[in-house]
Formats: sequence, structure tokens, C-alpha cells
Amino acid sequence: MRPQRFNFAPWLFLAPFLGVFAVFTIWPLLRSFVLALQQTYGPGTTAWVGLRNFRFLATDPLFWTAAFNTLQYTLGSLLIQLPVALGLALLLNRRGLRGRGVLRLTFFAPSLVGLPFVAMLFAPIFEKRTGLLNASLHWFFPLWDPEFAWMSEYVMSALILAALWIYAGFNMVYFLAALQNVPGELLEAAAMDGAGPWQRFRHVILPEIAPVAGFVTLLSTIGSFQMFELSYILLNNGPGPENRGLTVMMYLYQTGFLTGDLGYASAIGWVLALTLMGIALFQRRLARRYENR
Amino acid sequence: MLRRLANVLLYGLLIFFAVLTLVPFAYMVCGALKSKYDFAASLFLPAGGGWLGVGWDRLTLANFARLFTELGLPRALHNSILLASVSSILTVLCCAMGGYALAKHRFRGRDTVMGVVLSALIIPGPLLLAPSFQLLYNLDLLDTYTGLILPGLAPAFGVFLFRQAMLNSVPDELLEAARMDGAGEIRIFFELVLPLVRPMLGAFLMISFMGTWNNFISPQIILQSPELHPLSVALNNLKGLYGTDYGVIMAGTIVSIAPVMCLFLLLQKEFISGLTSGAVKG
Repeated sequence: MRPQRFNFAPWLFLAPFLGVFAVFTIWPLLRSFVLALQQTYGPGTTAWVGLRNFRFLATDPLFWTAAFNTLQYTLGSLLIQLPVALGLALLLNRRGLRGRGVLRLTFFAPSLVGLPFVAMLFAPIFEKRTGLLNASLHWFFPLWDPEFAWMSEYVMSALILAALWIYAGFNMVYFLAALQNVPGELLEAAAMDGAGPWQRFRHVILPEIAPVAGFVTLLSTIGSFQMFELSYILLNNGPGPENRGLTVMMYLYQTGFLTGDLGYASAIGWVLALTLMGIALFQRRLARRYENR
Repeated sequence: MLRRLANVLLYGLLIFFAVLTLVPFAYMVCGALKSKYDFAASLFLPAGGGWLGVGWDRLTLANFARLFTELGLPRALHNSILLASVSSILTVLCCAMGGYALAKHRFRGRDTVMGVVLSALIIPGPLLLAPSFQLLYNLDLLDTYTGLILPGLAPAFGVFLFRQAMLNSVPDELLEAARMDGAGEIRIFFELVLPLVRPMLGAFLMISFMGTWNNFISPQIILQSPELHPLSVALNNLKGLYGTDYGVIMAGTIVSIAPVMCLFLLLQKEFISGLTSGAVKG
């Protein structure tokens, strides 16, 4: 190293990243403050409205419908997806299991299908009478109503099911990696001391995988809060009957790019962003408290 | 005896879930091979007089043929391949170079840049959607591939991932030795550093390729001309037009996910280890 001379090399390597980052991340980020205080008619025409966007947002029934739907989807997905993912990982982690590679690949495969294509694949599955889901549920449980409206009245349940199909295996990969890092001696010692399977899970495995579980929960929460195309494509490019499939991201898309008010869309973006950052901070706080215990 | 019962239960559960996972794929493949009439009349394979009571002779490739002739899917497939490969290769290069500088060079301002990268990790994408659209409008880049590719080239988490990978697997002594031998910085980067982080290259290439391939909202917003649309947008427009003709949509979905699946099988090992490395070690 020659510290006297100005060192060009690192800046040369950083230049493409820094250039693109400054223009397409920092600048839009700064602009989003300004835009949130404006009303626009398409990207070209703007007018100042001050905090009126946020005041309007607070009492906008469509926004609250979207927020409620998004929350419902997020909670529903997390509560079903994560236990299933952990359960699958525990099953796959059994010592001497045959066919682990094939099974892991099978469970992981759905997450390779992008969300737009998942929506297209599940559209016929969720159809009323002819759809695979209603038809097979009716076959196994004759009391099941074949007219069950997955794509209108119960669209959030449909979305949660589709998300389960996509992400259970994806999250399983994380849990499995964490489980394989649990020291075997620890489990053997616990077994020697007479701990049963549940006690070993509760007092040995769970504390060991807690950091990964926290990480997976955070990623899933942030992803679920931004759900858009699954609902939008499944419901034929719209929020569905009575806005039952409207999510916050979809509302942002509608106001910004269909109505053309980028200002109001930015205000929605800020509310969503602050919520996500709040959740991330809260998760970090919890994790730190857990580690210091 | 108890042990055997537990084993039967274990494999039973696993196979049950594996079948549930595979059913939608089977449904998609069967659906793509059926006529519109058979799609409504049967769930999987159409009934008939053939082997196992299946009407094998009723299966048809007509849906694929229609997609590739009158419905213009080759154009969209070509667009997706072009977009995803160009943007993933450029993104990987951009992030690997940035990560290399931050991991292996000492210079004034490094901590500041690293701080910027770390704080950028928490900026949620949706926040930038509206202002980026306005920026692209002002730069006259709407409805162009430049406008779609350029903003995605510098993800902060990519730089962060490559920095971590290079801290772990590129020894300083090796770089020093190469510099002593008079190798230039660019040669060192391409011939020495990149091969050492091959697993991360594979993983991140896969992540960016899938990200672009499966992206819907950006092309939907930025590209107006139908001839520029990638598969996600083009197929959704077809779904709007031929919504009830599910066979065509299923065939289109197969065409859309097959390339990603193939790429995954090629890069599988790197991908899984890259995916979990940050979470488990961190």
C-alpha cells in the first residue's frame, strides 16, 4: 500500500454502483418527500397541497380497506406458513432420512415460480364449480360447497393458501439450515438427562434456531406487506368484488399509475415504508433482548 | 415396533406434503395439454378408452402451437430472456465490483460508503415507485429497456453480500502477491477475485435473473408498447383476453417457468448455500 498517493482503484470499482445508486435510489428517495406534499396529474403536472395528502389518507375508506386486507393476509400467512415450514424442516432433519435431497427440492420448487405465474396457475384452481380446489374438497368432504367463492368473498383465504404453497418450502430451507447447525452433542446430552422430544425441542432446538426464526419472520412480514401481483392478476387486474382483494401496494399502484396522482401514491408509499421500518426496528429490539437474556 | 410406526408416520407425512406440493404442477401440465372442452370436463387427464381409462388420444399440443403462432409468445419469451440475462449479468458485475472495493481496499471514505450501503438496506422498494417513475419520465426513459434495466443495477444488498463473501474467501496475501508480480487491478479482479467467490456469483446471478424474470410491476408501469412486454405482462394481457381458455394460460405458464427451473437446476448448489449463508452465519 502506498498511502501517500490518492487511491483510484477502489473508486473505479465503486463508480458504477455509486453512480446508479445516487441517480436511481438517493434522488428518488429525496423526491419522494417532495412528491408526498404534491398532487400530480400524470408525471408532468404537479401542484402543492402540503400535508393534505396525509390528512386525506387518514380518512380514506379505500386505504383502510386496503390496510385491513393487507394485515389480514400478512397475519394469516405468517401464522400458517411459518409453523408448516418449521414442521417440514424438523421432519426432513431426521437422522438417516432417505431421499432428503429430492424432498427438499420438491418443497422448494414452488418458490421458483414467480408470483405473476403463480397467480395464473392458481386462477383455474380457485374457480367455483370446476376448480381443482372446490372439486377435490367436495370429493373428500361431500358437505363442502362446490360454489365456495375463493375469488370473490374469500379471496384473502385464497391468497393465503397460494402463499403457503409458494413460501412454505422457501422458509423451510432457512429452518433446515438452522437445524443442521444445532450441535449434536447438545441434543445427546439433553437426551441423556432424560429430556423427551418436546423438551428437547423447547429448550435446546428452539433457542438455537431463534435468530434464524426471527430473520425469516421479518422477511416474510415485509414481503407480505408488499403483496400486489398475486391478488391483482388472480382477480383479473383489479381489486375484486367489493375491494376484497385490495392491498396497500395495489392501492398505491391504482392511485399513482391508473389515476395518475404520484403525490398521493408517494404518501401511501411513506406510510407503508414507515410501517415496515417500524416492524424491522421492533424485531431487532426483540432479538437483542432475547440474546441478552 | 414403536420405532417402525414412527418411521411409517414420518415418511407418510413427508410424502403426503410432497404430493400436495406437486399437485398444482401436475394440474398445470395436464391442463396445458387439453382442449378447452376437456379442461372443463376433467380435472387432470381426460377420461376415455385408453390405458388406465384415460383418453390419451385427446391430449393435444394445440395450446402451445397457438401461443407460438397467432398469440405472439415468442416475442415475449425473447424479451424476457434478453431483459433477465442483460440485467442480471450487469447487476452481478456492478455489485461484485462495489463489494470488492469495500472488502479489499483501504481508502478514505470507505466507512461512509459502507454506512450508506447498510442504511440503504432498509429502504423499502414501494417508496421509490412513484418518484422513480417521475424521474424516468423526466429523463425520457419511459417505454425503453434502459429505463427498466438501469434503476435495478445497484441493489445495496448485492454489494453487501459480495463484500461479505470477499472478506471470507479472498486472502489478502494473494492480492499482495499478484500486485508484486505487476498484475493490474482490473486483471486481479477478473482473474483472481471473481473465481474465488464463484458460489456467490452463481447465487446472486440466479437471484437477479429470477427477480427480473418474475418482475411484474416495473414492466407493467414502465413499458407501454406491447412488443416490448416480457412474459409476465404479456401473459397477463393474454389472460385478460382469453381468460376462460385456461389451457392456453397453463401452456403459457409452463413456457414462462421452465427457463427459471432449468437455470435453477444448473446453479442449485450455489443458490441454496448463498440463500442461507447470510442468515445462518450472521
